[in-house]
Amino acid sequence: MKTEQENILIMSGNYAAAWGAKCSNVNVISAYPITPQTTVVEKLSDFVDNKELDAKYIRVESEHSVMAALVGSSMTGARSFSATSGQGLLYMAEMLHWVSSSRLPIVTTISSRGIAPPWNIWADYTDILSIRDCGWIIQFASTHQEIFDSILMAYKIAENPEVSLPYFVVYSGFSQSHTSKPVSIPDQQRINEFLPILPEDGWGHLNLNPDKPVTFGNLVMPEQEYLDFRFMIHDSMVKSKNVIHDTIDVFNQSFGRDYEGLVEKYLCDDAEVILIAYGALAEQSKDAVDNLREQGNKVGLFKLRYIRPFPNEELIEVFNSDVKVIGVADQGTAFGNPTGGPISTEVMSLLYHTKNKIDVLPCIWGIGGRNVSVDDQIKLFEKLLYIKNNNKYPTDETCQHGTVWMGLKTGI
Amino acid sequence: MEKSDKLPAAPQPYKSWKELPHVPVSYPQLGSIGATGEWRTFKPELNAKLCNKCGMCYLYCPDGVISYKEDALPEIDYMFCKGCGICASICPKKALEMVREKE
Repeated sequence: MKTEQENILIMSGNYAAAWGAKCSNVNVISAYPITPQTTVVEKLSDFVDNKELDAKYIRVESEHSVMAALVGSSMTGARSFSATSGQGLLYMAEMLHWVSSSRLPIVTTISSRGIAPPWNIWADYTDILSIRDCGWIIQFASTHQEIFDSILMAYKIAENPEVSLPYFVVYSGFSQSHTSKPVSIPDQQRINEFLPILPEDGWGHLNLNPDKPVTFGNLVMPEQEYLDFRFMIHDSMVKSKNVIHDTIDVFNQSFGRDYEGLVEKYLCDDAEVILIAYGALAEQSKDAVDNLREQGNKVGLFKLRYIRPFPNEELIEVFNSDVKVIGVADQGTAFGNPTGGPISTEVMSLLYHTKNKIDVLPCIWGIGGRNVSVDDQIKLFEKLLYIKNNNKYPTDETCQHGTVWMGLKTGI
Repeated sequence: MEKSDKLPAAPQPYKSWKELPHVPVSYPQLGSIGATGEWRTFKPELNAKLCNKCGMCYLYCPDGVISYKEDALPEIDYMFCKGCGICASICPKKALEMVREKE
């Protein structure tokens, strides 16, 4: 249901992020250039310079200062935006906690890239996955349109007083940030009707105002409420699922989209073999599923759109279906954890909720931008089918410590 | 335990997390953690003959315990002065001297 007011432009994933921030009427932008994110903030500085966007653009000397600047701006009730990736995100880490623990609804886009050394600037979610527990909502956008749309929804979710948490919209470096696709930009008037109204006097819980001085982030003693404030961040994160679902519903109705929720299920209903994945590679996996379905294999794709909050309920529902074998593909590493992949470990941690016997094969793919073709994805599905049909795990040399490291050089 | 400076005690702890706001916020009040002047080892003492009433000590005092009025000598609130010595260090006339507190 595309409406006639929609304006379709060809743009890169990074420009889609910049447009998302512009159309969200952000008040303050602060950012430090880092490949492959830089063109997001270059475009935004253009918008500000050309008076297409009435926002304050704060230039600083590092990503740590970027987020420090936005802590200040957001504490006054200003809608604040940044974008970063890779090393920059890691450098920002201390302030990321400051933002979430101050319950500030800042939205930041991440054009994910590999972590150095060795230097790598290509698609790899290890940057965002390394800071996945810092109290920010984390959503993957796997298409250009989804990048743009997600930023509008992000502000509506983050600024909901019951949520009051910061929000990452994450997409892959280069394969999304620097490729161009059509993006539909709705009429600004209708976007304004969708966006939340900014409060006049800052956020309900926090308003930095020189005329009414307060101290926040104070020292809280062990027997006072430190524990309780920590719990409340987790509590709000878990409960934000309802706000996320409601916001997606309103967005779908307002703009004629079909986003599902915290996850997207593709041909999972009767599937005996399901691949769980996230990001742009998960979008591509639909082709692998189609291909295998044509050959009569009952396979499906379970795409994680959100990892914070984690879609426990949706995963447990799948575990209690007809599924026999699950693959979990991580485009990122967690050295020394149970599987080597951060999300496969988390998915497997929920298996105790089902009485079904399910085999799980974790996989690491697409590290540092390593190409993962549809054929490669089909081969992974074939490994999962092998487990289902033979009741044993594959033993080729890419299977190391119980996990498939797709593309590992094995001298063959 | 009674507080030596008779300031109000910290508010009672919350009974339930459900009563808490999203973040802790403190509103300004005088000496919310007590008479911090007790921490002092060195005390700034003013030599009125040298003071030119410029107000630099008032501007630099990190605890805001020095009061300033035009054409008047600065006054230091020793109840809350921690004796950091910044006023003495910044004074252009060397009119403030840090003197060790007696037992």
